[in-house]
Amino acid sequence: MKIGVFICWCGSNIKNMVDVERVAEATGKMPHVVYTQDVQYLCSEVGQSDIGNAIDEHQLDRVVIGACSPRMHETTFQQLMNRKGLNPYYVEIANIREHCSWVHTDKAKATVKAIDLVKKAVAKSYYAVPLHAESLPVNKRALVIGGGIAGIQAALDIADAGYPVDLLEKESSIGGKMAQFDKTFPTLDCSACILTPKMVEAATHENITLHTYSELEDVSGYVGNFHVTIRKRATSVDEERCTGCGECVTKCPAKVDNEFDQGHSKRKAIYTLFAQAVPNKPVLDRKNCIYFKTGKCGVCKKICPTDAINYEMEDQLIENDYGAIIVATGFELNEPTHLGEYHYGHHPDVITSLELERMLNASGPTQGKMYRPSNGKEPKRIVFIQCAGSRDRHDGNSYCSKVCCLYTAKHTILLNEKFPDTESYVFYIDVRTAGKNYEEFYERARQMGANYLRGHVSKVEPLGDSDNRLLVRGYDGSLGEQTEIEADLVVLATSIEPQQGAKKLAGMLGISSDRNGFYSEAHAKLKPVETQTQGVYLAGVCQGPKDIPEAVSQASGTAAKAIVLFNRGQVKGVPTTAMVDEELCSGCMQCKPVCPYEAISQEMITERAHGKARQRPVASINRALCQGCGACAGLCRSGAMDIGGFTGRQLLAEVDTL
Amino acid sequence: MMQDTFEPKIIAFCCNWCSYAGADLAGTGRLKYPENIRIIRVPCSSRVDSALVLRAFQNGADGVMIAGCHPGDCHYDTGNYHTRKRMMLLKSLMEFMGLDEERLLVKWISGNEADRFKDTVESFTSKLKKMGASGKVRDLRCAK
Ligand SMILES: Cc1cc2nc3c(=O)[nH]c(=O)nc-3n(C[C@H](O)[C@H](O)[C@H](O)COP(=O)(O)OP(=O)(O)OC[C@H]3O[C@@H](n4cnc5c(N)ncnc54)[C@H](O)[C@@H]3O)c2cc1C
Ligand code: SF4
Ligand code: SF4
Repeated sequence: MKIGVFICWCGSNIKNMVDVERVAEATGKMPHVVYTQDVQYLCSEVGQSDIGNAIDEHQLDRVVIGACSPRMHETTFQQLMNRKGLNPYYVEIANIREHCSWVHTDKAKATVKAIDLVKKAVAKSYYAVPLHAESLPVNKRALVIGGGIAGIQAALDIADAGYPVDLLEKESSIGGKMAQFDKTFPTLDCSACILTPKMVEAATHENITLHTYSELEDVSGYVGNFHVTIRKRATSVDEERCTGCGECVTKCPAKVDNEFDQGHSKRKAIYTLFAQAVPNKPVLDRKNCIYFKTGKCGVCKKICPTDAINYEMEDQLIENDYGAIIVATGFELNEPTHLGEYHYGHHPDVITSLELERMLNASGPTQGKMYRPSNGKEPKRIVFIQCAGSRDRHDGNSYCSKVCCLYTAKHTILLNEKFPDTESYVFYIDVRTAGKNYEEFYERARQMGANYLRGHVSKVEPLGDSDNRLLVRGYDGSLGEQTEIEADLVVLATSIEPQQGAKKLAGMLGISSDRNGFYSEAHAKLKPVETQTQGVYLAGVCQGPKDIPEAVSQASGTAAKAIVLFNRGQVKGVPTTAMVDEELCSGCMQCKPVCPYEAISQEMITERAHGKARQRPVASINRALCQGCGACAGLCRSGAMDIGGFTGRQLLAEVDTL
Repeated sequence: MMQDTFEPKIIAFCCNWCSYAGADLAGTGRLKYPENIRIIRVPCSSRVDSALVLRAFQNGADGVMIAGCHPGDCHYDTGNYHTRKRMMLLKSLMEFMGLDEERLLVKWISGNEADRFKDTVESFTSKLKKMGASGKVRDLRCAK
């Protein structure tokens, strides 16, 4: 073993507080250290070649660096080792800058500490073992979960790059929230006109397979090699036979509230989600079907010209392997019933923005006609309440839902265009218009006559008049006084929230959520579409509130990540994984449950004991799954489990030098 | 008096993702704290087994600190929960061995809590100064 020790001055950053020559001298006396040098800047080209030359000249096989944090330049030095034909895990770094020269003021004491730190690194390097990352093939097929605009975009991009994609959607049609909107800010193009072609493209793309009415059942595996089970719920309609003629829907006698229209219309028990649904074949909702409830009816089965109705149909489990998974499960809107002061759920004319969106929609429940749910008359004065449940630490979510300011501006503009004699009042805390052309859009809303009142609404209550109108009590900040507005309709900009099943899905995928329940990206700035689980990416509102253009760009970002992975064709694992010493392992398997990545399994080995072969269970590590946390090694009572780069022997050596 | 001159020896195990990064940030921010601490980098606080901690005490450490990410923030999701459980157990074992469990500090420090890192080192150092040298275990030390 021949160790070279290199101490960096970091200009004056280390040298001013640490006597670098003394550090080199003191560590030079340690066993196996054959060469020491102090260098002005080790990370510079000159410094790197100094190390390189010393390796050649003195046939060093291990290098110890005393410099800045390994979090800073570890890879720089590891790459140098690689270039010199040495294993990158034969370099050890002592942090004598961030943990020493920068935080201390007494040069003598700092020097003693620096010597300790470098000695500790030398001692650790005695026990260094060469490590290699494992290369594993990548399955070049992607799974996209959630068929909203984000999921559709991601699927299309990956499919266009030539890779097969499965698009999973829990509803009977793809499209997501965007399918419910009338027009979209800031351009006011019709939502269906820009969305429907994309839905159709996704459905007909040769590389995309749609799984609608389906959910994730189980996920195992790791980047490049996920094994997924999908549960395709029974639709009771044979997809192959059904022609989508709609006869069954027309004749079905069971009527229920239409969720897609937010309860402002009825649908049948056998139904398509909306007129332009993709795929455009009905599903039978068994909860509300008369046949399933009473055993009588069967009208759809009788009427179907192609005999596509199958009441015996069962859920199907589909298994597939994927290299990458994109999560695009979007959001839900908060049910504002807990915000008692707004009277939602008590007065029919207090509605949510999404309900208004349906009313305004030409293909919505009223073909675009506005009406008051209480009496069907056209509303003349509409009050909008912003941040209903958002930016509300006490009764709601503390975060901003981001899109409400803009879609409310959109609503006032659309109302003004279609119903010029309606008046719009908007109560707001701030109007947030960060985004290209958004401020102009908001300006336009005001110019077109929307009345913006900066202030909080304290109460919405029935006025008690014959028309059953509402009284909105609030504070008008510009006047600095309480104000009251009589309204025909009150619209709440309710808060954007994570999907109800978001936690469960996160558990299956091994990704984490932030404190509000949105999925966490791997790095807030530099890894906005990755998750902590390699090969799983995030697109759209499931990661946090955002508008359509942002959701689409993020989706394309995830597609790029998946395509890069597929093009590379293989993944490199973490080199610093766990390793089992089978001789020491007692097979107790205490380590198995602590592993967050399910990387540990039991394996039978054959041993010779007393001249006989016998079978014995031991722990075995899947190196592709293991991330090297060491929870197993910290727990193993037999000392059989170790972590590359942080072996028990190495850590002990560090402790022993101190 | 001894209190004035005694310099405790502290060994700290810091997880790579949070507390080690917090210590780095304390450096970048040029915060100042006593020289008594020696940091050992581990991937996760859960990597630290009780034997390492005991060995540190055997070797004459006056205090041992184990620092990880805040609960819920662990880079590996659940590591720090295991650490918490394991170290609570070790603390009761320490009491049994006649070693003041206060000499083992388990602390959650995130990558941006440079101040918290500095404060922790300062207060732990001054506490150990008051407690004096960890004589008991030194007596138990194995012959090296
Ligand atoms: C009232 C209102 C008006 C808006 N108006 C505009 C506008 O004018 N312009 C604009 O830019 N933005 C607007 N937005 C924002 C816009 O809705 C979002 O940016 C956009 O819908 C985000 O798309 P997404 O694909 O992330 O989520 P979603 O549209 O929510 O799609 C998610 C999809 O995933 C499916 N899914 C969920 N969970 C699962 C699961 N576990 N398994 C399988 N599938 C699942 C859902 O069924 C859904 O189809 C508005 C929002 C609201 C509330
Ligand atoms: S009647 Fe039959 S073919 Fe027509 S939509 Fe219904 S199931 Fe399909
Ligand atoms: S090191 Fe962590 S990830 Fe690897 S096997 Fe052990 S517990 Fe699992």
